[in-house]
Amino acid sequence: MANTTSRAATGPFLSLPGPVKSILNMLLTLVLTFVGLTAVTFTIGRVMPADPVLAIVGDRASQEAYDKVYTEMGLDRPIYAQYGRYLVELAQGDLGTSVMTSRPVIEDIKRFFPATLELATIATLMGVLIGVPMGVWAAVNQGRLIDHVVRVLGLIGYSVPVFWLGMVALLIFYGNLGWVAGPGRLDVYFDGVVEPVTGFILIDAAMAGEWDIFDNAVSHLILPASILGAFALAYIARMTRSFMLDQLNQEYILTARVKGVSEPGVVWRHAFRNVLVQLITIIGLTYASLLEGSVLTETVFSWPGIGQYITTSLFNADMSAVLGGTVVVGTCFVGINMLSDLLYKLVDPRART
Amino acid sequence: MKISRRHLLAWPLAIATALAIGTSAQAAPPKDTFVMAKDISDIITLDPAEVFEFSGGEMIANIYDKLMMFEPENLTKLVGGVAESWDISEDGKTIAFAIRPDMTFHSGNPVTAEDVVYSLRRVVKLGKTPSFIITQFGWTPENVDELIVVDGDKAKITITEEFSPALVLNALSAGIASIVDMKEVMAHEVDGDMGYGWLKNNSAGSGPFMLKSWKANELVSLEAFPDYRHGAPGVKRVIIRHIAEPSAQRLMIEKGDVDLARDLTPDQIEGISSNEDLKIQADPKGALIYLAANASDPILGNPKVVEALRYLVDYQGMANSFLQGQFKVHQAAWPGGLWGAYDETPFTLDVEKAKALLAEAGYPDGFEIKIDTLNSSPYPQIAQSVQATLAQAGIRASITTAEGKTLWPMYRAQKHQLILAQWSPDYTDPHSNLDAFAHNPDNRPEAKLTGVLAWRNAWADEATNAKVVAARNELDLDKREALYQEIQHDLQMNSPYAILFQQTEQSAIRKEVEGYVSGATFDMIYYRGITK
Repeated sequence: MANTTSRAATGPFLSLPGPVKSILNMLLTLVLTFVGLTAVTFTIGRVMPADPVLAIVGDRASQEAYDKVYTEMGLDRPIYAQYGRYLVELAQGDLGTSVMTSRPVIEDIKRFFPATLELATIATLMGVLIGVPMGVWAAVNQGRLIDHVVRVLGLIGYSVPVFWLGMVALLIFYGNLGWVAGPGRLDVYFDGVVEPVTGFILIDAAMAGEWDIFDNAVSHLILPASILGAFALAYIARMTRSFMLDQLNQEYILTARVKGVSEPGVVWRHAFRNVLVQLITIIGLTYASLLEGSVLTETVFSWPGIGQYITTSLFNADMSAVLGGTVVVGTCFVGINMLSDLLYKLVDPRART
Repeated sequence: MKISRRHLLAWPLAIATALAIGTSAQAAPPKDTFVMAKDISDIITLDPAEVFEFSGGEMIANIYDKLMMFEPENLTKLVGGVAESWDISEDGKTIAFAIRPDMTFHSGNPVTAEDVVYSLRRVVKLGKTPSFIITQFGWTPENVDELIVVDGDKAKITITEEFSPALVLNALSAGIASIVDMKEVMAHEVDGDMGYGWLKNNSAGSGPFMLKSWKANELVSLEAFPDYRHGAPGVKRVIIRHIAEPSAQRLMIEKGDVDLARDLTPDQIEGISSNEDLKIQADPKGALIYLAANASDPILGNPKVVEALRYLVDYQGMANSFLQGQFKVHQAAWPGGLWGAYDETPFTLDVEKAKALLAEAGYPDGFEIKIDTLNSSPYPQIAQSVQATLAQAGIRASITTAEGKTLWPMYRAQKHQLILAQWSPDYTDPHSNLDAFAHNPDNRPEAKLTGVLAWRNAWADEATNAKVVAARNELDLDKREALYQEIQHDLQMNSPYAILFQQTEQSAIRKEVEGYVSGATFDMIYYRGITK
């Protein structure tokens, strides 16, 4: 998607001045992405065999009760009319009401999304802070023991099912050793003690000066964040290694060495700077995928996040919730990609033209 | 605000400290708080006029007192809930309820006949799915203001259909007959919605607990009502945590982070049976698992074929293996242990007899058939067992599994051949099940009696229909019971069903916990006696 955004920058609006052109292109991309995203999700929701009416009335409802809700939901209208109405409501900031929670979808998202964001951010940070140096280290020592270790760790981290890893980690660190707290975001006795301001428990607890709750939240967060972090770390380390190897075999590296540049200088100032653009893409994609793809981790750890919300809603044919969740995740994807584009321009002078 | 260095370093320190010291990171629940782990993703509302889900029904049973009740002290005896006494007219069509004096709602408002009348009228006027439990008595939004009225200090109801008063009283023990605080609900009314929008997430009852919060897919928090008519509950707080993963539930109960785990699998129950800190409580439930054959199918429409199918199920084999402890063999349409139950189990796996019946029906070499079922345990396993035993008689079955939201529309549209499904009573009277299994007054596809199992299976029998109506109307309790048992016997011999199992719920409980009562339906799961 990052590339799509970049391509759009060269699309229409060619005759306009640079900054205006960029903004218009961005807006166009945003609008097209949302129309495409909602259209596909909406259509899938309407053509899949799960029945949204039964989600409300239950399978024992009489035909009269069923028909009443069917009409109330507007399902008797053509699908394009239903979609049109959804788009109008969406433009007004109304994501509808969830059947599953009986609350406006927007309120649900305010509750579920920060939980996922908190988890994914810490996992991505772990992945970047440990994975990038690991990848560089392995590339510099290609073929040596450390390289093999990083490669095997990367393979394991990337191929072991998160679900299994989560269960085993829970069994060992929570069940057997008792080092960390169990499933959930907080012990239930702390529920409702801190008024949610940002929705991030760590931040809210710190702002309220509730350090017991902060500690408890950390204890709950360690395990799921580490599991997701292991996945992010494995992928980022593997890709960093591969990008670095590519660069280290280039002729300009040889030239730098011949010119007497120190080895750290060759690695970090020359080679690493040239893999930054690719790394930003990888990190952006990893972050985005953790935002919507951590559903298994959320299930194992009973983490009330957006992934679990969308999945449970889908199983319950709760299409307003699915669409709302999809729009939010889509926004994150687009946002992260736009941020990546901006970062390219910061780190790569060629992208500024 | 000053953030100390200790907290800036909390993350790495927490790991390091935990690794170094190895202390427990989570405290056990306090003595006055009872914590239960359960999958509560099915809760979609907590308005008693709308609740029809298992977990939601259970919450309602602890927040509201119903007009009539089966109390936890004796789950087989129907007694007055909000009603102190009742008078039935000679023709059995009018019942006047005297309301318990000195009873109050959580708000402090007294419980009155006005509240009872408002609550019942509200159910009829809102017309949500479970409203059929009382609208079957002839109540409609148009006539309910005349048929449910305040009469002095009593609430008087009049039914227009022929129904036994015993059935009416039983139905008024369902969650739908929860009495809401009229003043409180009216205060939250928006655009004449009778408080519907508000009551989905809030409570206005007189039961032993008050709803503190419901966070979907996270938790339900209940707080004790100290002025409850039976006295304050044994614990001050009940928290039901949404833990969908049974393995996580097991870890939490073993660690003591929850007091009760509701969704453990048979092998997990087996795994913790030797844990001295835990005990297993087994409670018979009303849920039945059955196999149904669509009678509009050219093969399955032959009663001999369906009879053969009943002999091609390894009932005991399944109950003794993967269903061990969680289901028992039950072959009648009303669950065992309840009034009107019929406990005969005439069918066992008998391949030779089934082959003979198939030959008689004209299918000596069997046929091909599709079994649809739910994708959650134990349905796929049961379907596989049935598939294997059907094959012994030459019947080649394929299995398709699906989520309920996908399976039920197909079932309701009569598009199945064989379906393996589950049914639970809506209220504690045999009419609840037999009306669904046996009573199909209009078998035409266009009649669309989609809530009726007999219609879904395109099956109707005039004699059985008449018996269901007769039992429904019968005033003599003994005759009523005999009639229901006769209908169940008839269904065993002639119907599109092979009823297989009745559920037993196994809960893992910390040994210090006492007083958790779990009856056959969700209306009978009570927390008020719990102590620890």
